[in-house]
Amino acid sequence: MASKVIHALYNDDDLLMQAVKETRAKHYHIEEVYTPFPVHGLDKVMGLEPTRIAITAFMYGLVGITVATLMMNFIMIEDWPQDIGGKPSFSYIENMPAFVPIMFELTVFFAAHLMVITFYMRSKLWPFKKAENPDVRTTDDHFLMAVDTGNNNLEEMSKFFYGTGAVEISIVESEDDH
Amino acid sequence: MYTLPSKLKIFAIIFMVVGALGLVYSFMAAPSTTAEVKEMMAGHDDHGTHHEEDTHNVAAHGEDHDEMATAAAHRAEGEHGHSAEDDSAHSSEEKHLEHSLHQMQNRPWSALYIACFFFFMISLGVLAFYAVNIVAQAGWSPVLFRVMEAITAYLVPGGIIMFVLLALSGFHVNHLFVWADPEVVAHDKLLQGKAGWLNGTGLLIRAAIFMGGWITYRYFAVRNSRRDDDASDNRWYKKNFKISAAFLVFFLYSESMMSWDWLMSFDPHWFSTLYGWYILAGMMVCGITTIAIITILLKSQGYLEFVNDSHIHDLAKFMFGFSIFWTYLWFSQFMLIWYANIPEEVTYFITRIEDFKLPFFGMLILNFIFPLLLLMNSDYKRVNWFVVMTGIVILGGHYVDVYMLITPATVGTSWFIGLPEISAILFFFGLFVFVVFTALTKAPLLVKNNPFLKESKNFHY
Repeated sequence: MASKVIHALYNDDDLLMQAVKETRAKHYHIEEVYTPFPVHGLDKVMGLEPTRIAITAFMYGLVGITVATLMMNFIMIEDWPQDIGGKPSFSYIENMPAFVPIMFELTVFFAAHLMVITFYMRSKLWPFKKAENPDVRTTDDHFLMAVDTGNNNLEEMSKFFYGTGAVEISIVESEDDH
Repeated sequence: MYTLPSKLKIFAIIFMVVGALGLVYSFMAAPSTTAEVKEMMAGHDDHGTHHEEDTHNVAAHGEDHDEMATAAAHRAEGEHGHSAEDDSAHSSEEKHLEHSLHQMQNRPWSALYIACFFFFMISLGVLAFYAVNIVAQAGWSPVLFRVMEAITAYLVPGGIIMFVLLALSGFHVNHLFVWADPEVVAHDKLLQGKAGWLNGTGLLIRAAIFMGGWITYRYFAVRNSRRDDDASDNRWYKKNFKISAAFLVFFLYSESMMSWDWLMSFDPHWFSTLYGWYILAGMMVCGITTIAIITILLKSQGYLEFVNDSHIHDLAKFMFGFSIFWTYLWFSQFMLIWYANIPEEVTYFITRIEDFKLPFFGMLILNFIFPLLLLMNSDYKRVNWFVVMTGIVILGGHYVDVYMLITPATVGTSWFIGLPEISAILFFFGLFVFVVFTALTKAPLLVKNNPFLKESKNFHY
């Protein structure tokens, strides 16, 4: 059975934060919140799990430093050893200080890029994807909270959301089944 | 209001007394003739002398880098017998003993100087951080202002001792500064060229200007901050903003020159253009670490109830950040000199790597690897005892850093971290604790009318 979803629109992030808190206190089920910019602390208020992207960043950094080490070892030591500044490159460890900038940069490069790619994949974002936000105004200056109506009284719910400071409320049929 | 616990007072005084006694003993135990040095070397086979004999033997065989290190150390001693290696074996032996004698005589002075500068630098770093917070109109930190103000109180007694030490060194009462020895300068073209800047009078005039400026700013900033408590408008706050901005301009110039004068001139032939920044980074990380440790300490005693975990988290972030900044500057300095391999520059690091391998590389682990791994996780930055433990490691690491800036030029191969060094640390630690915690009792622990106070109290990450 397709359930109904309430879209409550707000025009201020502080109001939205307050509304999210009250909605959760009422035990309504928030499906998603759409905002034009990241709202600080919203994830905690919504009760989302803490992100694990920091852990992936650390692991990607380790991958980066490993790639840099192997790469520089192959290029500068094994494949084409040179004598730079009186330091013949026959040993990686003895020439290591010269490679530190590369190791550092590739650590950052891998961590940053792979983190962004991970984020896109987890958020199901890719090129030419159709936008999911239900109202174009959430890309400009409005905040939208999508709440599952479940078996609650619609009248009562809309009253509640107007009470939290919503500027507009609409009820839509949810596309996906629960 | 904070009251100084009598236990803490006694604790600080005991540290000072024990440290002072240890220092007096170290000065008396330093050898005064080469015969004594010979006896000491033969007598006990402890680390310092043993190590030195090894180096000497290698040098006698004419190994290139050790010759260089020995030559550098000779220069540091105020000897100008660079041709020591060419002399006959007996004369070389005698020269070596005399050389060691000078190193051993320098050791208590050097230990005193290092500890004195280390605690002074903590206080100065906090002063700069305080000014930065005021000028940046930081919203998170006003609850910590009184702690910072108390730490900067050490600038006055610490500065006076530092000034006396500089006077003694600059006028060649001890042999810490080679450039202060007229005999060395007479035989050294490079030092003659630098004599316009590197001379005792100039050193003291500059030190007086720098310290005068810092202490004056400190006086007015703290006075305005206390007046602000009873004020009905933001007059004192605005004044503090202005003088802090002016101070920061003065500070960045004076700190840089201070580092040339007080630290880099130990190796007067050598120079590095980012030295001032490097010292500043160490200063800031030590200062912020001390703020964190004292804040957590006071909190654990039931004071500073308005400081929450987010404030500690922010301090720990700064500890983490400045530790990495310090490493970045350390490495920038090291890598260019190492790669270019120009003899007059690279001796600085060769001396350190040959004779000080353990503290030189150990310091990198303490100052970089430890804070990097321990403070990387966001949750750990909020665990107070974790921050304190990391802070102690950082402070220890930066003591070794300052030790490594000075010792190779003053004590050279006769180095060892023993009684003189530990006594000096104990003495200045006792003094620091006494001054800082006494200063904490002088004003309420929370500023009152700072316009950012509410934001700071409600600060939440």
